[in-house]
Amino acid sequence: MESYDVLVVGGGNAGLSAAISAREAGASVLLVEHAPKALRGGNSRHTRNLRLMHDAPTATLTGRYSSSDYWNDLLSVTGGRTNERLARVAIDGTSPLLSWMGAHGARFQPALEGTLSLARTNAFFLGGGKALMNAYYGTAERLGITITYETEVQSICIMNGAVREVLVVAGGSTLRLKPKAVVVASGGFQANIDWLREYWGDAADNFIIRGTPYAQGLVLKNLLDQGVAPVGDSTQFHAVAVDARAPKFDGGIVSRLDCIPFSIVVDNRGNRFYDEGEDIWPKRYAIWGRLVAKCPQQIAYAVTDAKSEELFMPSLFSPVRAESISELARKLGIDAGALENTVRNFNQAVRPGKFDSNALDDCRTEGIDPPKSHWARPIDVPPFIGYPLRPGITFTYLGVQVDETACVLMQDQRRCANLFAAGEIMVGNILGQGYVAGIGMAIGAVFGRIAGKEAAKVALESN
Amino acid sequence: MRLSQIELHPVKTEEKTRRFVEICNACRYCEGYCAVFPAIELRRQFTSGDLSYLANLCHDCRGCYYSCQYAPPHEFALNLPKAFSDLRLQTYERYAWPRPLAALFRRNGLVAASLALACTLLFLFVKTPPSPEAPSDAAGAFYAVVPEATMIAITAAAFGFAILGLSVGLFNFWRDTKNGSTVGASSFLAGLGDTLSLRNLGGGGDGCNNKDETFSQSRRYFHHSLFYGFLFCFASTCAAAFYEHVLGRIPPYPLSSVPVLLGAIGGVGMLIGIAGLVQIKASADVAPVSKMLVDIDYCFLVLLFVAAATGLLLLGFRGTGAMSVLLALHLGVIVAVFLMLPYCKFVHGIYRAAALVRSAAERRRRTSGVAEVKEAADA
Repeated sequence: MESYDVLVVGGGNAGLSAAISAREAGASVLLVEHAPKALRGGNSRHTRNLRLMHDAPTATLTGRYSSSDYWNDLLSVTGGRTNERLARVAIDGTSPLLSWMGAHGARFQPALEGTLSLARTNAFFLGGGKALMNAYYGTAERLGITITYETEVQSICIMNGAVREVLVVAGGSTLRLKPKAVVVASGGFQANIDWLREYWGDAADNFIIRGTPYAQGLVLKNLLDQGVAPVGDSTQFHAVAVDARAPKFDGGIVSRLDCIPFSIVVDNRGNRFYDEGEDIWPKRYAIWGRLVAKCPQQIAYAVTDAKSEELFMPSLFSPVRAESISELARKLGIDAGALENTVRNFNQAVRPGKFDSNALDDCRTEGIDPPKSHWARPIDVPPFIGYPLRPGITFTYLGVQVDETACVLMQDQRRCANLFAAGEIMVGNILGQGYVAGIGMAIGAVFGRIAGKEAAKVALESN
Repeated sequence: MRLSQIELHPVKTEEKTRRFVEICNACRYCEGYCAVFPAIELRRQFTSGDLSYLANLCHDCRGCYYSCQYAPPHEFALNLPKAFSDLRLQTYERYAWPRPLAALFRRNGLVAASLALACTLLFLFVKTPPSPEAPSDAAGAFYAVVPEATMIAITAAAFGFAILGLSVGLFNFWRDTKNGSTVGASSFLAGLGDTLSLRNLGGGGDGCNNKDETFSQSRRYFHHSLFYGFLFCFASTCAAAFYEHVLGRIPPYPLSSVPVLLGAIGGVGMLIGIAGLVQIKASADVAPVSKMLVDIDYCFLVLLFVAAATGLLLLGFRGTGAMSVLLALHLGVIVAVFLMLPYCKFVHGIYRAAALVRSAAERRRRTSGVAEVKEAADA
């Protein structure tokens, strides 16, 4: 492989945004992707939208979503665990994204059916994330970016505050690359179960990894081992409740379950443990992965009845159905008496109200702990239905520290002069905890563009 | 059992398609591509009739395949265009009338060739040798070769049979895919508009995926060329009937006449369209393609090619001694086309158009349903 100005590690949204930006800034670019072509794109392959600030309605976004609205949403989900400087860079950077992405092949559509609550804040990709990746790869090829698949980066050798050499393995042989600048956009480590086990113990074996199996975190580990400053809580991730019957890896969007606001959720002892109707689902879906991860055996069960079945999106697998609560308990593998007891107590605690699945209604419980604050209706119309839930990990938050130019910082806070990071590998700078729909892709796109431009600048200056 | 028979086992294909469609319904990323996905989203369970409707609504642009996060090598191995194509062939057979002739679908090449040959021989048999005195392109020359009554009797019988077979097939399709939406004039017009524009072929606006994940409008344009060429040829026949029975002019008509101009433009349009479509098919990525259905596609294209080419040859050489044989050949092929219509790829247009009308009706019902809900909420 000849020498390139910029090496981009990882071929998802962040990597491609970086590669395209670096190329357009005049650098020669090599992008190495770990996956084969058919599975390229990292977790971006499974995405569907990104969160954008905008001061006026666009062709596909309704209303206005100001920088401060965005900031407040971020502040509320992270509970303040964010780096405000970087968060503001990300938020403000989303403003020109719609036109930049469109100019590079992205196509958008109005919010998907069933996701109308995101119509104002999130731009949806026509055909989803894989279609976006296809468009970006096409653009990258047209721009003359070299792309290699099934290429794994083994180590990025940092010496005296800069990357000197990168070892990659492709087709069974190891190559030494000497790029002038490097962008790492290789994702989190969520697909590395052994690494997850360091923090979660055996519980990690019960996690379902919603995205790419290629997110092994080898680059992240390699950088942290060399004195790059870590960022983020190693136990934090974006996780949702998924169907326990979903594939171990790569199940993507279809494994998620939207039934929770219209159900009760119990652990394997048949006990409720959290307010299922705390807030509208788009504001709560991202906490349930973690809640289930904290359950015994990392499993929980959503239980509801026939009258609620059509209120949520159809699921990948049919629910478990039964004519009685005890039969349902048996089929789900929970103690029948315990579940009957929980359902009876819940039903008795439900206060009359006017049910409205699309708003924070006044159907709530009284006198039980935890309460169900909205959409609480007695579970009494057979067939009763249940779904087994597992934590579905989207991506981990432990990452590398960066500055506003996406430049990677060493533990002594000095910049690693020619090393930049974008996407999930640095998302922990902004997301200390929690998640708000579409922010992962937003951070990837904004910091990808910055990283690409800065890497090109560094590389071209050194020429 | 051959592989293709296993692949096309009715229950297996239907079950597989149902599973794919359930996954699509949980995903919905392709919603913006075409009418198929909004139609999926209107349902939670998928009956055999629903799947038939969806399969025939699919224009086979393959956009969903290339943007699918669950396409092979993913363990779901989702391949909607192929599953729909396999199922479409089964629905063509299911709705065919008379039912035993459904078997012809899988022997299209042989049947079409035999029919064309037999019909040509029939016309060669009934034709009278052209009189050496009269020029072979003078008025009345065609009827001198094949008597008018014979020509009309044979072609009308074949055409009538085709119309009957297609109508029963359409009736069967319509009954099987019934879903409670009432179809008014506006749904019919909307469906017709979608049919004529092929709006859903390469939905989302960038066209079809022929070879890979890149988009191209070529398939739409070539299909238009073939389809409108076919319509021009049909219009040419109607114009000729008008000339003869209203204006009292006897064919063949001069080159500058309306029937000849329409027929010539239509014939050339068909040839261009067919050539383009064959080229696209031959170089297509085979992964999302149904092997059995693509063979049937080729048969239909070849049949239409021969029909258009023999028509143009007849036009080109009608002033020569070859006219009588060319006339018999063209008439033979046309009659074979008519007889084949209910048992070849032609039926896709009938069921597609019907599915588009259903889809338009569903959209209307859904929009008015939403309006009602809103009003109720306001009240």
